[in-house]
Amino acid sequence: MSDQSTKSGSLVKVEDLKEYFPIRTGFMRTTMLKAVDGVSFEINPGETLGLVGESGCGKTTVGRTLLRLYKPTGGKVYFEGHEVNDRNMKEYRKKMQMVFQDPYSSLDPRMTVEDIIGEPLDVHKMYSSKGERRDTILGLMSLVGLNAEHATRYVHEFSGGQRQRIGIARALAVRPGFIVCDEPVSALDVSIQAQVVNMFEDLQEKLGVAYLFIAHDLLVVHHISDRIAVMYLGRMVEMADADELMDHPIHPYTLSLLSAVPVPDPETARAQKRIILEGDVPSPLNMPSGCAFRTRCRYATEQCARECPPFTDRGNGHMVACWEK
Amino acid sequence: MEEKGKKPPLLQVIDLHTSFTTDNGEVLAVNGVNFTLEEGKTLGIVGESGSGKSVTAYSIMQILEKNGHITEGQILFQGEDITHYSPKQMNVFRGHKCAIIFQDPMTSLNPVYTVGNQIEEAILIHSDKSKSEARAAALEMLRLVGINDAERRIKQYPHELSGGMRQRVMIAMALASEPSILIADEPTTALDVTIQAQILELMQELQRKLNMAIIIVTHDLGVIAQMADEIVVMYGGRICERGTADDIFYRPAHEYTKGLLRSIPRVDNMKEKLIPIGGNPINLLNMPKGCAFCARCDEAMKICIDEVPPELRIHDTHLASCWMNVKNQNYMEVPDKDE
Repeated sequence: MSDQSTKSGSLVKVEDLKEYFPIRTGFMRTTMLKAVDGVSFEINPGETLGLVGESGCGKTTVGRTLLRLYKPTGGKVYFEGHEVNDRNMKEYRKKMQMVFQDPYSSLDPRMTVEDIIGEPLDVHKMYSSKGERRDTILGLMSLVGLNAEHATRYVHEFSGGQRQRIGIARALAVRPGFIVCDEPVSALDVSIQAQVVNMFEDLQEKLGVAYLFIAHDLLVVHHISDRIAVMYLGRMVEMADADELMDHPIHPYTLSLLSAVPVPDPETARAQKRIILEGDVPSPLNMPSGCAFRTRCRYATEQCARECPPFTDRGNGHMVACWEK
Repeated sequence: MEEKGKKPPLLQVIDLHTSFTTDNGEVLAVNGVNFTLEEGKTLGIVGESGSGKSVTAYSIMQILEKNGHITEGQILFQGEDITHYSPKQMNVFRGHKCAIIFQDPMTSLNPVYTVGNQIEEAILIHSDKSKSEARAAALEMLRLVGINDAERRIKQYPHELSGGMRQRVMIAMALASEPSILIADEPTTALDVTIQAQILELMQELQRKLNMAIIIVTHDLGVIAQMADEIVVMYGGRICERGTADDIFYRPAHEYTKGLLRSIPRVDNMKEKLIPIGGNPINLLNMPKGCAFCARCDEAMKICIDEVPPELRIHDTHLASCWMNVKNQNYMEVPDKDE
């Protein structure tokens, strides 16, 4: 296949992405852990796609495989219509960046803030003089609300919220069009979360950058996203416009996930009807046949055990993978 | 403190101060905390990291780190001060009267013993049951906390269980000797939402069955809204505000609580911009002279910087420590001292 095979206006296009990890399950025996098993989606310029799901559902792996931090087992990733592969990967790293969950372990404690933010500039040789490098760094720092005097400090001198700002400045350094945000606010205190969420929104307005916003906090995801995708055990079960998904969920898993969200409002909480799911998420090493959710689903039928439901459009781009609903 | 022949409340914390001796000096983690817990009720303590919410819980159980100690105040359990209990008396109090579960069920379970062994141990220590009776009781506890296939699970090690199941085992251990109070320190923070819903539901169900009181410590306002009858909001080691859940969520009377509620996405107006609280969380080593929140407060006045605000009664069930209430005369005529 040639480099351009998509003509749509999407910025990032992911087709049937697969990521399997070999796991040793015994002497001389390995099993494939299907962390991501055929995920497809598109993100438009300046758009935010929220990706939610429980731990182990593969949402982080989608983000990492998309950026080729892991080599994909299968599937294709397109950026502006061009396929991203091993050869041109470095070039696309300039266009696609990542902000990590843990602002403590994702920043080098031996580097100053200036060097952390400057490192992507060094890697991609994006300046012609020392002065230009410094100006770019200071510009980025003011963009994320850090003072110029912070430039020579080390990471341990900063609070969690400020560290996350450093991580965001580093991601923005190469002026990417797309950023994967992997749980960027879940390690922060409630009072700081809003600061960082607002900053993501402001930056999007200013720079037109698109986000894949991975998080488990559905209220935050709903707030920031244009569209939301829900994952369960390596596959997408539902994807729709943010309000549409929250107001009219179709997939039984989405329904129970939404009903489980603790709403910070006592009256709503008292009136809330929970759909409590039985049991735990099955082990991804031992996936149920057919629809992965059927073991916890109250609508499950024989067909669900036999065949994996297709991800189909139910109108207005509301995609659902379910036989029964 | 008059008795009037009335039954004392189940648990009463009066002017509790807990401090830690560190290399950088004394850190006053809990600084004059008051609250009352009634039988069968749920009290929520909410605050961000460093607010002193967990230390308050650990002080009640007296399971502080070696460098921590209660310096002032009383903790009355059914009218009896437990801060002067001997270690032996405390051992009876822990487990029998009051039990605790922690955030991370993996690190609070012993990886080299089966879960059955660990629940049995709790039962053997706190009762005079025989080993086989303890085994049967442990099995029953596992069933009580909703673990299917308990006969098999009892022989398993913690690593063989999922996070939600481990937290169920912790609850089973905590409830083994039928305490009247269960303290839950961020019990669901490490769990996924659907599992969180299961555990919270389980705690509420057990509370009804066993008429036990719960103190739930968390930073999650959603969890608090679902669980708590009464709420204590803490910041910088002090209580900002306390009252019923409705008082705190619908009529907040402290600028910090108001700020917190504005900074979380609300279901009714999702697309509106969040209003964050500016600044950074407080450093306990460097406490301001006045209100702990004044550096981040938009309404801060001169008096806020100079003097700690007194706790005023806003309403029968509602108390708050904020100078704004004095300025706006938003309190009941006689601001009586609570206890």
